[in-house]
Amino acid sequence: MSAPQQGILDLLALHPPGWGGTLLAGAASTIAISAGAFAVGLVLGAGGAFAKLSGNRLLVRLLNLYTTAVRAIPELILIVGLYYAGMDGLNRLLAAVSIPAVEINGFVAAVAVLGFVQGAYMTEVLRGAVLAIPAGQLEAAKAFGMRPMLRLRRVILPALLPNALPGLANLWMSITKDSALVAVVGYQELALATRLAGASTKHYFLFFLASALIYLAITLVSNVVFRLIERHVRRGQHTLA
Amino acid sequence: MTFSWITAYWPLLLAGAGQTVLLLLISVVFGFVIAIGLAFAQVSGGRLTRHFARAYCTFFRGTPLLIQLWLLYYGVGSLLPMIPGIRQSLFWPILREGFFFAALSFTLNYAAYEAEVLRGALLAVPKGELEAGYAFGMRRSTLVRRIWLPRAIRIALPTIGGEIVMQLKATPLAFTVTVMDLYAVASMVRQDTLLVYEPLIVVTGFYLVLTAIIASAFRRFEAQVPLRR
Repeated sequence: MSAPQQGILDLLALHPPGWGGTLLAGAASTIAISAGAFAVGLVLGAGGAFAKLSGNRLLVRLLNLYTTAVRAIPELILIVGLYYAGMDGLNRLLAAVSIPAVEINGFVAAVAVLGFVQGAYMTEVLRGAVLAIPAGQLEAAKAFGMRPMLRLRRVILPALLPNALPGLANLWMSITKDSALVAVVGYQELALATRLAGASTKHYFLFFLASALIYLAITLVSNVVFRLIERHVRRGQHTLA
Repeated sequence: MTFSWITAYWPLLLAGAGQTVLLLLISVVFGFVIAIGLAFAQVSGGRLTRHFARAYCTFFRGTPLLIQLWLLYYGVGSLLPMIPGIRQSLFWPILREGFFFAALSFTLNYAAYEAEVLRGALLAVPKGELEAGYAFGMRRSTLVRRIWLPRAIRIALPTIGGEIVMQLKATPLAFTVTVMDLYAVASMVRQDTLLVYEPLIVVTGFYLVLTAIIASAFRRFEAQVPLRR
């Protein structure tokens, strides 16, 4: 390879003309989008799981449609479609109550769209985790005369977390990677920042490798964190094997 | 909702579907072959091959497919012309295409996920069956070919079906490197006709049909060799 005019360290320097700062800012916004979408997904998923378990026919049917459709359609199509549909719908709603159209912040749009997608997967993970709680534990709580909220807080949540955590960890890993897809609708996170850096310096290989390593670091650190959390929520449980 | 554009874009849609299916087939077939190697390297390889296979899987499963695709297309693609004589070589027309890079990155990515599945399946084959094979005097290669691998693939079959569907759902990324797949056709229709949802809906229909075909094919495979529990 011919010698580059600038050294690798110059290119990755934190301050301009280096692009390291841009990449790190992109990484921060990737993590922020992922965390936001994960939180939105958790709320939607918890609601969806309990609604599915409630057994209300209409609700169950609607939620089955939601979870099946989201999991069957390619993420890219969902993100692009929801991005436009969401913008469009909101502006029509605003027009209906005669408020001028707004340009939705790209961050909010990305979080909303990815959160909606995550919610479908979370619904299934949480539903499975609730179903895996031994029925005797819930019956015992009822027999003690616990009211639903107390039962939820003292029995269901602590018993559900160990079951749900591996699934939640998987979803977190996939959201950090799927968040790269919002680059396609033009929001600047790590993937798009990298492409920008590559385009303006022509050192594509270097920058994409650097950003791959940043994603890898996010994944590996998340792995460790989830293992610690799992150890915490499983404290006092028998270890398998 | 207007769908009158379909008559004009029908041939393009079919061609796009062809590209999508081709990408899927290439990545699944070649990825599976690589995955077998990676899985055996992890289960029974030496230290070096084991570490290499682990690192490979960690890298490809820990980074977004979009980044891998762009790393190959923009990164490697911009370094390739520096190799002397490559422009005159027979392969240059292929190496220049976005399709090549999309197929390559999808293959490498699929191999990493599939290797992980196969690794688990190889370990799940009951010890007794392997020992029975050795007791019959089978050599290691015969054992792998006749017992270990077929049994592992059967155990992994439901998961493999799921992985192939996941791979199908990842193929639209190819449009970012100028491949005219189904999704690229949809976005072309959007640019031409200013319709946003209709092309996406039609294309989604294609993906759902493909998913249904894959799912039913795997149901049939699984029924052919029932698994005794």
